[in-house]
Amino acid sequence: MRSEIVVNTQNLHKRVVSPEGELTLLQGVNLSIAAGETVAIVGASGSGKSTLLGLLAGLDEPTGGQVSIGGQDLFALDEDGRARLRGEKVGFVFQAFQLLPNLTALENVMLPLELAGRHDAQQVAEGVLQRVGLTARASHYPKQLSGGEQQRVAIARAFAPHPQVLFADEPTGNLDRSTGERIIDLLFQLNAEQGTTLVLVTHDPHLAARCQRQLELDEGQLKAELQ
Amino acid sequence: MSGFRLAMRHLHREWRAGELKVLAMALVIAVASVTSVNFFTSRIHQALTGQANDLLGGDLVYLSESGIAEERVARAVELGLRSAKTVEFPTMVLAGEKNQLVALKAASSSYPLLGHNRTAPKLFAVDTEVTGGPVAGTIWGGSRLLTILGVDVGDVITVGNINLKVAAVLTSEPDQSEGVLFNIAPRLLMHADDLPATGLVQPASRVVYRLLLAGDAGAIGQIRQEWEPKLKPGESLHDVQDARPEVRSALTRGENFLALAALVSVLLAGAAVAMATRRFISRHLDSCAIMRCLGAEQAVISRLYLTQMIVLGLLASVVGIAVGYLAQWGLMIFLAPLAGIELPAPSLWPVVLGLVTGMVTLLGFVVPPILQLKNVPTLRVLRRDLGGLQIGALSAYGIGMLAFVALVLFQAQDLKLAAAIIAGLILVVLLLALVSGGLLLLLKPLRKKGGPAWRFGVTNISRRSGHSLIQMIGFGVGLMALLLLAVVRTDLLSEWENRLPADAPNRFLINIQPEQLDGVRQFLRSEGVEPPLLYPMVRARLVEVNGKAVTADDFKTDRAKRLVKREFNLSWAEQVQAGNTVTSGRWWQPEDRGKAFFSVEQGLAKELGLGVGDSLTYNVAGQRFSAEITNLRQVNWESFKANFFVMAPPGLLDGYPVNYITGFYLPAAQHAVLNRMVQQFPNITVLDVATILDQVRGIIEQVIMAVEYVFIFTVLAGLMVMYAAIHATLDDRIHEAAVLRTLGGRRSQLMSSIVLEYAGLGLLSGLVGAITAGAIGMVVAKQVFDLVYVPGPALWLSGMLIGAIGVGVAGTLGTRFVLNQPPLKTLRGM
Repeated sequence: MRSEIVVNTQNLHKRVVSPEGELTLLQGVNLSIAAGETVAIVGASGSGKSTLLGLLAGLDEPTGGQVSIGGQDLFALDEDGRARLRGEKVGFVFQAFQLLPNLTALENVMLPLELAGRHDAQQVAEGVLQRVGLTARASHYPKQLSGGEQQRVAIARAFAPHPQVLFADEPTGNLDRSTGERIIDLLFQLNAEQGTTLVLVTHDPHLAARCQRQLELDEGQLKAELQ
Repeated sequence: MSGFRLAMRHLHREWRAGELKVLAMALVIAVASVTSVNFFTSRIHQALTGQANDLLGGDLVYLSESGIAEERVARAVELGLRSAKTVEFPTMVLAGEKNQLVALKAASSSYPLLGHNRTAPKLFAVDTEVTGGPVAGTIWGGSRLLTILGVDVGDVITVGNINLKVAAVLTSEPDQSEGVLFNIAPRLLMHADDLPATGLVQPASRVVYRLLLAGDAGAIGQIRQEWEPKLKPGESLHDVQDARPEVRSALTRGENFLALAALVSVLLAGAAVAMATRRFISRHLDSCAIMRCLGAEQAVISRLYLTQMIVLGLLASVVGIAVGYLAQWGLMIFLAPLAGIELPAPSLWPVVLGLVTGMVTLLGFVVPPILQLKNVPTLRVLRRDLGGLQIGALSAYGIGMLAFVALVLFQAQDLKLAAAIIAGLILVVLLLALVSGGLLLLLKPLRKKGGPAWRFGVTNISRRSGHSLIQMIGFGVGLMALLLLAVVRTDLLSEWENRLPADAPNRFLINIQPEQLDGVRQFLRSEGVEPPLLYPMVRARLVEVNGKAVTADDFKTDRAKRLVKREFNLSWAEQVQAGNTVTSGRWWQPEDRGKAFFSVEQGLAKELGLGVGDSLTYNVAGQRFSAEITNLRQVNWESFKANFFVMAPPGLLDGYPVNYITGFYLPAAQHAVLNRMVQQFPNITVLDVATILDQVRGIIEQVIMAVEYVFIFTVLAGLMVMYAAIHATLDDRIHEAAVLRTLGGRRSQLMSSIVLEYAGLGLLSGLVGAITAGAIGMVVAKQVFDLVYVPGPALWLSGMLIGAIGVGVAGTLGTRFVLNQPPLKTLRGM
């Protein structure tokens, strides 16, 4: 397994102005994640987990500090540059699945490949859908699928372009325990097969325990690394 | 994968999901309505013009004082046109001891090309329509001529060096209407082959040669184009537009009605498109955020949606053009047998217009908001509350409005109509927003009253005030269109029809001498006809404008040249004639008697470039006099009453040779009255305008039918807007109903709250729609159609009623399925 640093932050800050005054969401977060590592970011509600994930993926901009993905400084790029970088190196799995409602399961998996201009989008997507056991459901729309099935489609979509890093935001948050277990198994299996770096945000200690590293956030600060 | 293919795949997927149907339907309706109206107006215009050309005896008439060159006939034949020749001149004819000056017309065998002569087999017998003219060796004479000469059918008349037999009594010629008031000599029609033998046409004779042409509109246009610039003095070209102000006015008005209908449909469709786009965008915010997340750059997103919309717009335009074409055929099949018109082929122009309409609607109402989709915050994938996208009203709909204005200017040939519509449009939206906003505020205190369904319904309207406002504007615009249709249908069109009442004058008496006035009145009274008003008339030639000598050559347009060339009929009156309105300057007072003032018809003033303050000098039988224009008048030519271009105060024209004219309605059954009149007053000319009257009436009837048909599109577009408005809040409503049912809301409770909310919205928007429809109807009636319309409370009441019931039912039906779904299914689908 390669040991190069894939995700790195330096002195990351995020403040927002709210009606109650300035609010600090993240305060000087430094972390580095090596290629192929699985990392859980844990913490209570409001500790800044999702804010950190948003910044790591370049979905939001920090008020201070740096983030780099695969050695590229995210915020030296403009928003379009970051989108391009996401398309090339990053995959996502969300708590609310975030499938496009007007696209079938197969088309949802094809979408990132199509956006990347790949001509083999359909074959690749069919392969990944088979891998997550949803071939029979390929032509179903999200609202015709159960929550677990929707999340499997989302996982297939995330892995289809072989991303370097995969960010998962409470991937089992909307699912019952046993379905959640199966989803997590699938996530880790695919991760192992593709050698992806996995960063997941959760408040589920059981899920966090399956990761190699666990970073705990408390009031916007990285508290400790639990091994 | 190329961006285009990706966009096409997405288009296919969106279409499959039903996201684009309202948008596409609205575009199709906009394009179809413009296309069908233009297909239709271009064809009906050609057809109706052709019909009116019967009044000329041809589609185009070439007139010369020196003869018809053979090359002209040859060129017409070469272009596939039919032709006929006539020669006209005044001459004396004899019968026994008696002689009479006549207006003689010698016509070739093919005369008349269009329309028909009417003849009677005996003096004062019933006449019938006949084909062609008299054969060589015979003549047809007018009843006045035969009466004066004391001959009848079968007798012989001497014309120049030869004798010709009277074969029939000529009662009407198709082309008599041209210059109808000026041909007062008795009529004689003979065959052109007999003309040389008469020896009447000598080099110095006052002869008018006519070449009548008929056939394909393109070839007629070609001839016009070739000949018009090279006309020499003494030559001219005429078509029906020059000949009959009544017909021209009816045609223009009809086309204005149709253009109005088409433009209102486009406006409505634009509103539906805008609303559908709004919903499309709010439903695609997440998708865009996800695609941004998956690596799509802003330009990729913009291109993706733009390409989809443009392709959709093109497809919808093509479908719309096809629908418009078919609709126009339907209309033609429906109208043609009634009108008995031959259909010219449709032109390609409407296709272009349809395409332009589709694209402008798209670019104006869809593209600006769609382009903002790329700005969706990517973080929305993690935090749903990071809402929406503020679609700037100005940037999104301002462009739409501008695009629409451009479209109106492009489509409406009539600037006044365009301006009325644009001003109306801005006013309507402002008024709707204002009134809707005000009504919503008024509604707030009502929230506390009534049962739970009432409270929930009313609360919903005011709580979602942003959406409610848009919904109300949508319903209001839709209802306004439907009510405007009712206004136009019931009030404006019938007002127009009434302009030409069943008892409009169909007979004119000309050349009544002052000393005959009492005799004529008495005669009519004794025949049981109420004597009509008799108008004095002095024939005069215009010689100077503002002290400068003028001739026909000083004027640019054909019509102006012709107007100046021929004699004016000056008249006088103390009061403004019924049906005339002074549009600038002021009418004279009793103390102005005898003053050198003129009142000029505004169309003539425009044609000759005259205004209040200008001075005109006339020559009456060698005497000159000048007077100043003190006012301009608008004349309702369609009334068929005797009207005058130039009038003076009483006294000014005293001492000049005068005769009188009158027009009145005479039922066909009483035609014999006129025969007796001609016997008693041989110098009076009787003109029968019943044919022209019927023609104009026919045009009005056909156009009214056409307008009603075209309004189907307007109604469809109006329904589309309302449908889009119901859909605008559907997602919220589905979610809300699901939540409420989960919380234990009974089906019947939710149902009655939905019914109440929609009925309430409908009532309010119906009121707003009725007020605006009334206002627009009033302005359009006055400004564009020159009709008077005053909206009444019946309109407002029916607006509220139609709104409450229509929107209540439609809204409930459109939302009802929400209640039939298990709430969990709904919630999971969100």
